[in-house]
Amino acid sequence: MTTKTTSLERVLTTLGFKEPDRVPLFLLLSMHGAKELDLSIEDYFSKAENVVEGQLRLRKKYRNDCIYTFFYASIEVEAMGGEVIYTSDGPPNAGKPIIENRKQIESITSISIKDSSCLNKVLKATKLLKDKVGNDVPIIGVAMSPFSIPVMQLGFSSYIDLMYDDPILFNKLISINETFCVEWANAQLEAGATAICYFDPISSSTIIPRDKFLETGYEIGKRTIAQINGPVALHLASGISLPIADELTNMGAAVLGVSCDEDLGKLKNKYYNKINLLGNLNGIEMRRWTVNEAESKVKEAIKKAAPGGGFILSDNHGEIPYQVTDEVLMAISKAVHKWGTYPISL
Amino acid sequence: MEEAINQLEAALLSVDSISSEEILNKHRNIPPIELIEQLVMPVLDRIGSGWEKGTVALSQVYMSGKFIEEWVDTILPSGDPNRKYQPKLAIAVLEDYHMLGKRIVYSVLRASSFDLKDYGHISVRELVTKVKEDKIEVLLISTLMLPSALKVRELKDELIKTNSKVKIIVGGAPFRFDDKLWNEVGADAMALDAYDSINIIEKIMEEKK
Repeated sequence: MTTKTTSLERVLTTLGFKEPDRVPLFLLLSMHGAKELDLSIEDYFSKAENVVEGQLRLRKKYRNDCIYTFFYASIEVEAMGGEVIYTSDGPPNAGKPIIENRKQIESITSISIKDSSCLNKVLKATKLLKDKVGNDVPIIGVAMSPFSIPVMQLGFSSYIDLMYDDPILFNKLISINETFCVEWANAQLEAGATAICYFDPISSSTIIPRDKFLETGYEIGKRTIAQINGPVALHLASGISLPIADELTNMGAAVLGVSCDEDLGKLKNKYYNKINLLGNLNGIEMRRWTVNEAESKVKEAIKKAAPGGGFILSDNHGEIPYQVTDEVLMAISKAVHKWGTYPISL
Repeated sequence: MEEAINQLEAALLSVDSISSEEILNKHRNIPPIELIEQLVMPVLDRIGSGWEKGTVALSQVYMSGKFIEEWVDTILPSGDPNRKYQPKLAIAVLEDYHMLGKRIVYSVLRASSFDLKDYGHISVRELVTKVKEDKIEVLLISTLMLPSALKVRELKDELIKTNSKVKIIVGGAPFRFDDKLWNEVGADAMALDAYDSINIIEKIMEEKK
C-alpha cells in the first residue's frame, strides 16, 4: 500500500535540497479568504473563525501546500496602537504613523501580546488551524522584522532619516522592536505555526545599499532569527537580494523569498545548497494574466528553479493581490501539478 | 565638470552631506540655472539610472534628492523668477500613507528648478477639486500599493467629467511591476524614476508650445 505524500513531507524534502514528488506550491493568499466566505475584507478579518474557514477552503480549492495565517501587515502596528484603514479591494493599510515625533522613541515600551485583541485573533486562528490540519500541512505565521516595521511606525521617509541621522534613537527603537518580534514569532510557533515568515523588505538592496545593510538589517536579522524557536523564511517582499546574497545565507533562515526583478536561474545558481528559494511569480502582473500566461510563467519558474529541490513556487511579494482571479490562481495550481512533478522534464 | 559630477555623485551616494556641499559650493560662481543644468541634473540623472538598474538603493535616491533640494533652495528659492518655465505642477498620493516616493519626486523636481504643489495624501474627490481650483496642468501620482494605483482610473474618469485637460504621470512599484498598468488606468505616462518624470514633463512642455 502506498501512502500519499503530505504537503509537509513535500516541503521538508525540498528544504533538504532533494526532489520530492512535485514542486511545493505556496499560494500566499490572505484576502481571498474573504471572497470565499462572501465577506468584506474588514468583516473577514474581524473573527479568527473566518480566517480558519477561508484558509481551509483556499487550501482545498487550489491544492495549496501551506496554510498562511498572515492577516495583514499593519496588524502589528495596530497592536501598538496604530490606525488600520480598510478598503474594499486591498490589504488593510497602516494609517498615520504612530510615532510622529522622534522624541517619542525615548519613552516607547514593548507591548504585551497577550493583551492585544488583534494579535490574539491570529493566535486563535493558528491554534484552530493546527487542530484541523495537524502535521500534514505547514502553517506559516508572519512576523515583521524589527528593522522593517518602523516604516509603519514612523513613515518611510522619517525612518530613513532616523536610520542615517540618529543612531541612538534608531538602536533604541530596534531594540524594542526586536523584543516584540521574537515574542510575537514564538507565540505563533507555540500556537501551532510550523515556521515563521520574517518579512524584511528594508534589508533588500532595493531599499538600502549593501554597506548600510551590513551595519543594520544584517546584524538585527541574525540576532532576531537566532531567538525564534522554529524555522524561518526570510522574505524581502519583492526586493532584490543578489548584492547581499552571501550575508542572507548566513542569517539563520532556511528559506529566502525572492523577487521577480531577479532572474530565477541566477538565483538558483547562487543559492542552491545554501538557502531554499520561495518565489517568484509577479503578483502585480498576475492580475491581468490569462490562463495560458499563468501556465507559461509557472513552467518557466519550474524549469529554472525546481531541479534538485530547494524550491517552493510562490509569488514574489508574500501576498497575492485581491484582484487576482480564481481562474488565474487555478491555472497556477494546475500548472504546478502538471509540470512540477519530479523528475522535471521541461 | 565631469570630475565634479563624479565627485558629487560619489558623495551623495555615500550620504556625505559635508563633501556634497563643498563640491557644490566650489561652483557657486556659475549662475544658478546653469549650475543646476550642468552639475545637479546630470548627477540626479545618474542616480536615477542607477536606481533603475538596481545598483543604487532607494534610501540613497531619497537622501540625495533631499539634500540637493535643500541646497538648490539656497541658491534658487521657491518662486524665484529664474526657476524654470513650466506647466502648473502638483504631486499627490491617492488614499495611502506611503509617502516616500512622492517625497523623492518632489525633491528631485525642486532640485531641478521646478516648482510644484504637494497635495500629500488625498482622496480622489478632493484631488479633482484641487486640480480644478489650482488649474493644474500636469499631475504626478506616486503609488506603492496596488489599490492606490488602481484608483488612478477613478481619478481619470472624474477628471474627464470636469473636462479637465490635466496630464497624469504615474510612478511607483505597481507600475514598475506591471508595465501595462499605467495605460490601463488611463494615465498619460509612467515615470520609471524621479528623474524620468522630468523628461516626461519637458516633453509635455514641448508639446504645449
